[in-house]
Amino acid sequence: MEIVSQVLLVIGGLFFLLGGLGVLRMPDVFNRIQAGTKATTLGAFALLLGIGFMYPTWFLKVGIIIVFIAISNPIGSSVLAKASYKAQGAPSNVVQDDLKEFLGGTEDVG
Amino acid sequence: MKYVATFLVLLLSYLGLVGLVGSTEQFLQELVLGTVVSLVLTFILANYVNYTIDYKFPVRLLVFVFAYIPVFVWALILANFDVARRVLSPKIPLNPGFVKIKTDLEGDFAKLTLANSITLTPGTLSIDVDGNDIYVHTVDVKGKTPEENKKNISARFEKLLGVIFK
Repeated sequence: MEIVSQVLLVIGGLFFLLGGLGVLRMPDVFNRIQAGTKATTLGAFALLLGIGFMYPTWFLKVGIIIVFIAISNPIGSSVLAKASYKAQGAPSNVVQDDLKEFLGGTEDVG
Repeated sequence: MKYVATFLVLLLSYLGLVGLVGSTEQFLQELVLGTVVSLVLTFILANYVNYTIDYKFPVRLLVFVFAYIPVFVWALILANFDVARRVLSPKIPLNPGFVKIKTDLEGDFAKLTLANSITLTPGTLSIDVDGNDIYVHTVDVKGKTPEENKKNISARFEKLLGVIFK
């Protein structure tokens, strides 16, 4: 049990490290949001599960926190991405842009 | 029915967060307090809630937990390694684009689950939902046609979600 939880904690930490590296290295907003969301969501899951394995009475709590994160985290990143598309349009390196017809390119948002 | 659903969700969240520790007496105290709190909150919140549960709900929940979550977690792990490879390689290989994906799912909850699954599998980020279209930002545009994109991104989830949310 101890070992499982420690392994999970290390994995969680590694995912956070990858997320940070991704945010640092990716070239534009959308790819940064991608790296930030994914790695931190999975990292948080792994960390919480590790805590759950270390203190088994906390398992239910941890499960509920995981459900809340799984619902709220992707929605937050979607809204951020939509807002930044509305604010500055697509970055120059995209190969395909289906969103333009729907959100309509750049708007003056200040 | 709406009230029952809201009440159950609130009460179960409360009991889960309190945790199943301590004696039976303590648990009963928490149960009573949780019931009272949940009842009060139910009457405040139920007007804003638009979901209901029916007798099939436990079956759907079981299908969701035992059929959907393994598929999802497997996709999550595979895709995370893909992103790790991209982030760690010296020159980041990117081929980004915004693609439109058609979905046949009906209902807000099904679309929400699909969009969230797309976001959580690395390499793809759902940006907006418009009727039956989901707009997705993807790190690597592989397909040429909408059908190919759909196969790459969402087809494996959609089959199962179609069974669960009907």
